[in-house]
Amino acid sequence: MIRLDELRTALSAVTDQAWLADAVASVAVDPAAVELRFAEAARRGGRAELSVAPRWSADEAVRTLLLAALPVAETSTWAQNLYWHGDAGEKRAVLKALALLPVGDECLVLLHDAIRSNDPRLLTAALGPFARRLDQAMWRQAVLKCVFMAVPLNQVEDLARRADSELGRMLSDVAEERAAADRKMPDDALELLASIESSINLEACDAHF
Amino acid sequence: MRIFDPHIHMTSRTTDDYVRMADAGVRAVVEPAFWLGQPRTNVGSFVDYFDSLVGWEPYRASQFGVRHHATIALNPKEANDPRCRDVLDVLPRYLDKDGVVAVGEIGYDSMTSEEDSAFEAQLNLAITHGLPALVHTPHRDKVRGIRRSLAVIGASGIDSGRVVIDHLNEVTVELVRNSGCWLGFSIYPETKMSPARMVELMRRYGTDRVLINSAADWGHSDPLLTRATGEAMLTSGFGDDDVDRVLWRNPMEFYGQSGRLDLTGAGGTGLPFAGNSIRRGGSR
Repeated sequence: MIRLDELRTALSAVTDQAWLADAVASVAVDPAAVELRFAEAARRGGRAELSVAPRWSADEAVRTLLLAALPVAETSTWAQNLYWHGDAGEKRAVLKALALLPVGDECLVLLHDAIRSNDPRLLTAALGPFARRLDQAMWRQAVLKCVFMAVPLNQVEDLARRADSELGRMLSDVAEERAAADRKMPDDALELLASIESSINLEACDAHF
Repeated sequence: MRIFDPHIHMTSRTTDDYVRMADAGVRAVVEPAFWLGQPRTNVGSFVDYFDSLVGWEPYRASQFGVRHHATIALNPKEANDPRCRDVLDVLPRYLDKDGVVAVGEIGYDSMTSEEDSAFEAQLNLAITHGLPALVHTPHRDKVRGIRRSLAVIGASGIDSGRVVIDHLNEVTVELVRNSGCWLGFSIYPETKMSPARMVELMRRYGTDRVLINSAADWGHSDPLLTRATGEAMLTSGFGDDDVDRVLWRNPMEFYGQSGRLDLTGAGGTGLPFAGNSIRRGGSR
């Protein structure tokens, strides 16, 4: 998992450092300032993909640093507030930041909301490291939603470890429906199904011998 | 033909419309907040609508290769409803969003004192948030409505080059042309302007500060009338460059004044325009 100092370093070549320092300092002193700073983060801090931080863009990293600069006691409330009042870019940034912030299960509602959405940018952002707090039933639904929306499964954190036989059953049902409709199953979903089935077979062998 | 529709209510349109618009060359749209036909009874209805204009609708548009921006405001008609007045208090939050490129639609419907105060307050918001303003003009008593709008705009202190007065026609064009504001024309199947009449107007007045939109909404309207107007221009002797100016460069210039226009993926070519990000990643 990426660390805050790595995001800060990654931004040094991309974002106006004076603006960033001022924004972070202002948020620490006056938490309400985060509303405007968060909204303008992309147009002031840039949108470039960060080469040293895979799958992070400059605006997401800036917004994460802003959240991390808030007083600890207020972080969770602001994270939720900024998510509920955010545009898609702001929502995505909150979701990605959660795992790096002093927040807990009270923020799971944000993941639930993102998983209900039909926007793949929100769905993938909800399936990062913070998703370890999701219960298994919700997590399986989210993975299945990725398959339906053709979102690459390599965006799902911890997929191999967490995939279980119930997810295998759900995937195999999808495969059956797709076959009946003469529609293709995404390759990565087929691979996941195969790997779940082979591990189940291995367990069955272990049990037998 | 590349088309930027500067005023179209995509919330009212289907995915079939997006497909046909993309095929016709529409690569960018601005969706102004407006009346939804059914009156709203509380601020929360507006909040959900504004959230959709900066959230779901841009995503829906992106599926068809269309870049979507919005303008946000309390529309003049509902400014008269006391249950909706407090919408003015939630506007600042939206006027800071990346996808919001103007305050609008503001202006007059029935020219009441409630409309006066909402109009003035929102022109001030445009100034404080560094945004242009999109001004709707009334269906009834239009000439007087435009005169009164120009007076309020003049008194507000906003630069007239950052204001578009919309839904103009042969009778009202000169009033606005002399004010320095931009000239908006809605091309409709029956009401407002038609492609042929629009071509005649441009023959007479040129293409300077002219914005042409389909305004397509839940009423009888057609999102392809921007394209039809471009074609009517070509068959009437206008050149490709004139069409590109009116249907692409003019709206880009007007909304570009927000500094927030991002036409990445809109098929637009060329360098970053006036601080706006044309490519993903921007010019910073």
